[in-house]
Amino acid sequence: MADEHPLKPFYSVLVLAFACSTLVAAAAVGLRPLQEANRSLDQKKNILAAAGIYQENVSVADQFEDIEIRIIELDSGTFVDPGKIDPATFNQRTAAVSDDSGRELDRSSDIAGIRRQEKYSLVYLVKDSGKINQIVLPVRGKGLWSTLYAYVAVDADLTTVRGVAFYEHGETPGLGGEIANPRWQKGWQDKKLFSPEGDWRFSVVKSGSQSSPEEAAYRVDGLSGATLTTKGVDNLMQFWFGKHGFQPFFEEVKKQGGFNG
Amino acid sequence: MAETHKELLVRSIFKRNPIALLVLGICSALAVTGQMSTALVMSICVTLVTAFSSLTISIVRFQIPNTVRIGIQIMVIATLVIIVDQVLKAFYYELSKQLSIFVGLIITNCIVMGRAEGYAMSNPPIPSFIDGIGNGLGYGFILMTIAFVRELFGSGSIFGVEILKLVTNDGWYVPNGMLVLPASAFFLIALLIWVIRTVDPEQQETN
Repeated sequence: MADEHPLKPFYSVLVLAFACSTLVAAAAVGLRPLQEANRSLDQKKNILAAAGIYQENVSVADQFEDIEIRIIELDSGTFVDPGKIDPATFNQRTAAVSDDSGRELDRSSDIAGIRRQEKYSLVYLVKDSGKINQIVLPVRGKGLWSTLYAYVAVDADLTTVRGVAFYEHGETPGLGGEIANPRWQKGWQDKKLFSPEGDWRFSVVKSGSQSSPEEAAYRVDGLSGATLTTKGVDNLMQFWFGKHGFQPFFEEVKKQGGFNG
Repeated sequence: MAETHKELLVRSIFKRNPIALLVLGICSALAVTGQMSTALVMSICVTLVTAFSSLTISIVRFQIPNTVRIGIQIMVIATLVIIVDQVLKAFYYELSKQLSIFVGLIITNCIVMGRAEGYAMSNPPIPSFIDGIGNGLGYGFILMTIAFVRELFGSGSIFGVEILKLVTNDGWYVPNGMLVLPASAFFLIALLIWVIRTVDPEQQETN
């Protein structure tokens, strides 16, 4: 080893780095279609789970038949014609970063910490024998380490939460990561978002806090040991159901006398 | 080093177990042993990565400059781990979600590095490959033993199938909450090391 050429370490590392990066790139590119298919399947499963209608042994495509996918314009709250933007190909995440279909949020209104927001959003209308029974809305926001992605299912009365599914996050496993725990998510069912006067009342509070039965209808117990993640969840709910989120949509729907009016 | 291939394979399971004797790879042994299915997948991944990284490094061992050998080993290991991660995401999406960051952490699993540096650098490819598999099996053996105890008494099930009927499902068994937490694996590993060293006193350290 003593008569090793001084340049040898450099070129052997270069050769190896090249070989390794080729392998990694090939694996990443070659397997991407399969991974994408898995991801979209998983997303659909989560939508069904949020709505509380997921069945283990029925194919996801079949279960999705009762769900109508529409796009709404967040600003005006109106439905967008499927001919203009196709819901099947609309990618909400890339929409947020493009200049055409996204916008930058200013700091004071960006309570969810997402920086850029899309102008359009997908909504999933869950039907039961022809009537819209609940809607599933995609939301996201910053937790402690990562952006949390979730679906919130809201009843046709537009205030009762039917379920929630956090499907993507990078929080600490066992602490903040518990937001993905179905047992915790069950605690969201039947909570109310708005007071009868239409004000935002929903909050995620410190676990174990005392609240009167009247208050408890609007409160979800937070996760112990995950204060900042819990705070993030609280903020993202407030943001997405506020005036930059789905509030215009809700108002528009109410103006027309509800979904099935 | 006149060991036959069979000896190479078997010795790492009991006589020179990477976790019990060398006390390597403890971190991941705590993290993934809550359920037997994740422990099994983790064992398979680690076995594959250890075997193939030892093989690769052994093949090119005369080419590796001494000054940068650790860097090169890490690079080979990291490449293999990324490929394993990608394959899992493509074919076993649910499992890859459960294992999440732990697959990435195979890179820092001391066993892989330890075998590459301690064995593959100074031995021919075939024995290195077998040594890698053996160590992976030894790791897997401990993982599965711990996962068995933790899942059976912590969640009342084996591979997700309910064995002890839980109180929450109108049964009789009150699950041991401590066993669900990763720290309980420390106690179990310690007990296991104690048992192994009692059975085989040769492994005891002399002061």
